[in-house]
Amino acid sequence: MFVSGEVGSAIRLTLLLASITTIVLLLVGTPLAWWLARSKRPWKEAIATVVSLPLVLPPTVLGFYLLLALGPNGPGGWVAGFFGRRSLAFTFIGLVIGSVFYSMPFVVQPIRNAFEAIGERPLEVAATLRANPWDTFWSVAMPLARPGLITGAVLGFAHTVGEFGVVLMIGGNIPGQTKVLSIAIYDYVESSKWSQAHMLSAGMLVFSFAVILSVTLLEKRLRRPAA
Amino acid sequence: MRNACALWCLAAVILASCVGRQTEQVVHVAVAANFTEAAKEIAQIFEQQGETRAVLSFGSTGQLFTQITQAAPFEVFLAADQETPRKAVTAGFGLADSVFTYAVGKVVLFSTTLDLTNGEAVLRAGDFEKIAIANPSTAPYGGAAMETMTSLALNAQLTRKIVQGNNITQTFQFVETGNAELGFVALSQVLGRDPKSVWIVPQPLYSPIRQDAVLLKKGSENKAAREFISFLKSPDTIKIIERYGYVGTP
Repeated sequence: MFVSGEVGSAIRLTLLLASITTIVLLLVGTPLAWWLARSKRPWKEAIATVVSLPLVLPPTVLGFYLLLALGPNGPGGWVAGFFGRRSLAFTFIGLVIGSVFYSMPFVVQPIRNAFEAIGERPLEVAATLRANPWDTFWSVAMPLARPGLITGAVLGFAHTVGEFGVVLMIGGNIPGQTKVLSIAIYDYVESSKWSQAHMLSAGMLVFSFAVILSVTLLEKRLRRPAA
Repeated sequence: MRNACALWCLAAVILASCVGRQTEQVVHVAVAANFTEAAKEIAQIFEQQGETRAVLSFGSTGQLFTQITQAAPFEVFLAADQETPRKAVTAGFGLADSVFTYAVGKVVLFSTTLDLTNGEAVLRAGDFEKIAIANPSTAPYGGAAMETMTSLALNAQLTRKIVQGNNITQTFQFVETGNAELGFVALSQVLGRDPKSVWIVPQPLYSPIRQDAVLLKKGSENKAAREFISFLKSPDTIKIIERYGYVGTP
């Protein structure tokens, strides 16, 4: 990367955080989305609602509870104990945990929609051809749900890059560990270093535009029946 | 049709209540986060004494300054240093002859788990994971914390353990929730705490935090703003300020 120092480290950190968060979300979110799409249990919508909560909750609510949960008196502190530490707040892992919750609806929702759009028929056909459920999932459901998976991954990544409130509350602004792009921009603005703020903000603008545009174009292309 | 009518009525009511509010005397005050508790009490008494309401906004000194440069509706600015009000005057947002020191603040080291009877020894031993300070580039109390660590020649040793709060209130909250074992906060935030959990940083380690107030141009025409400033200088108010752990400046 050609940008060095503080800015470069913020950019690298942000990309790393978004990548890891996206991978975790695909691993956790895909089975969850499958279950939400296929299950007949009446209370599944309650789970779906919990997943969607970050869409409407202020980041401060999530940040506040995360700060308590990651701290020495919460489950985060218990986990941190295994690494000889007392809190997961102010750590990169803490940010990953926060981002996974915060970006979850952006990944689960499109994947669930994609799974639901497949319908019963292709899966039943697969079953009559003696494919076991595991087989069906991998060789029928996953390929058919590909547009949803890609959309979910891109949105999850982009949303994590744009995350601010939660990180502000649990990050502690440590360069190279928790000082991500959005926080660096905030810092520059608040300390009147506007040229740096402009540079990063313009970069974010271009990035966001590119992401949304490419998701739209990609979806269009993948949805074409000929593909 | 009926819906549209209801909407118009609602709009009218909201508008009326807004206009109604404006006839009441109001002063908008930007307050540095360390002064939060004291300012709330002062504003309450100020309101009881007259017809005027003081609306307080809190943030770090740097944040508030940035907002002021972008035409925030503040009329009085209570900063946590002398430099920022001066900057506000130079930049044409504040009135030069209105600047005065309303309080001198003290920095303390605070912990909910460690015994800080000898705070310096605890800092030197470095037997902790995280130490919280306010962001030095926007919060003067964060600057004083850095100065203290420099005076003790502990900078290199502690840099990797520092976590920054967005302002002094968030810094306090990092320590209060136990996420950081200790942190540099304002004395006013830890009044009434167990003396063992607080180490008042001795003055030679950092320069006194003289906190200046300034009347902003937005408030120069507002009688309430000038009233609030003279109220801030009154002996009774100074007593309140001192009760919150500041040195008053008559």
